[in-house]
Amino acid sequence: MNLTFRRKRISGILTIVPARELSFLQDMKNFNFPEARSLKLREVMGYDKHRVVEPGVCVSDLAVAGLEHLFENNLLHPDEFDALILVTQSPDYFMPPTSNVIQGRLNLKPDMLCLDINQGCAGFVIGLMQAFSLLEQESVQKVVLINADVLSRKTSPKDRNSFPLVGDGASITIVERDTEDSIIHANLKMDGTRNQVLMIPAGGFRLPSSPETAILKDVGDNNLRAKDHLRMDGSAVFNFVQMEIPSLIDGLLKHGGVTIDEPDYFFFHQPNRFLLQKLADKIKVPYAKMPSNVVERFGNSSGVTIPVTITLNLADRLVHEQFKVCLAGYGVGLTWCAMLMNLGKVKFNCMIEYK
Amino acid sequence: MKSFVMKPVIEILKEIRPEFDFATSEDFIADGMLDSFDVVNLVATLDKNFNISIAGTDIVPENFKNLEAISALLRKSGAKL
Repeated sequence: MNLTFRRKRISGILTIVPARELSFLQDMKNFNFPEARSLKLREVMGYDKHRVVEPGVCVSDLAVAGLEHLFENNLLHPDEFDALILVTQSPDYFMPPTSNVIQGRLNLKPDMLCLDINQGCAGFVIGLMQAFSLLEQESVQKVVLINADVLSRKTSPKDRNSFPLVGDGASITIVERDTEDSIIHANLKMDGTRNQVLMIPAGGFRLPSSPETAILKDVGDNNLRAKDHLRMDGSAVFNFVQMEIPSLIDGLLKHGGVTIDEPDYFFFHQPNRFLLQKLADKIKVPYAKMPSNVVERFGNSSGVTIPVTITLNLADRLVHEQFKVCLAGYGVGLTWCAMLMNLGKVKFNCMIEYK
Repeated sequence: MKSFVMKPVIEILKEIRPEFDFATSEDFIADGMLDSFDVVNLVATLDKNFNISIAGTDIVPENFKNLEAISALLRKSGAKL
């Protein structure tokens, strides 16, 4: 599905990463796997450090800390936004929506739309699409888009398929109208027949959590995982990305009327370095234009990785300069989407730690 | 020509999983000699040693099931054999 948005822009990005850092060298003591093979895996995939929350920390805690930082530093006023979109797969509760929890904790005005979206690694692009659509309403002047997840709390430390790469974090993106006649192109696809490739089998209404669903079982390759834990079919995800994303990007560039050489950066979701470099090779983009340095520092925080990539690699440059960027997210659903836009001259683009 | 290609590939496989004899198996995947992470390691090493980039869409079990399949993949990926 091709989408076009006019006169919309990102005016600020803040990312919030937990101060707690785990290392792959520590993690691998939990794996039932020869040390030499773990070290080789680390080298190829780019696993090293990852940031995870302390036990008990929830998505709303990260989001509230980030918004308070913006308010205290006069980067955002509590009354100047009319919609708060939260994209997460790890809400504080089934009900109420965590966006309402955030609104309540900060005493934000009631004349506001609070909206939770259940999306994962494609969640930044999906959230932007929603924000742009809301800005078509005259009464909506500014949208706060929050992407946040604490999925380490649902990942087995004895599952080397998932634990070494998982990261927690949040991002707050300010979206508003552009005074210039800018055009943003996007492309979106979903395939629900592959919904079980990435999932947490237990804990919902289909299979409620119970003592049985908490039992760790050997799920192959000496990985131990319970049904309460995140399950990722790594090979299926890898093949899905390599099959679908090159044509997605090709279609997007054609839709936007630009060539592969024109974007300054390709900020893609960050599952691991190996996958990203294979993707860069396939679509013929230099590695320097497609950073893959997030998973080794922070882990894969699903929908938060694109903002983390932007704040890590551009920092204050984004305040002073403007770039043509291609964003791409892919994951749970399965969902894959990409966006072509001008990004820059923002009010802020920075990262803080949650302690 | 065939053995010239096989020898470095066998050496790489031995380095990844020294406990197995790759010269005697016809299906490394079915025989449990290579798992998905071993395949990733193998691709990274083949890329480096043969100065190629095996396409992500070619990283499927069938292309790593035995020495002939790996050899065919190397040729397809532009390795100078």
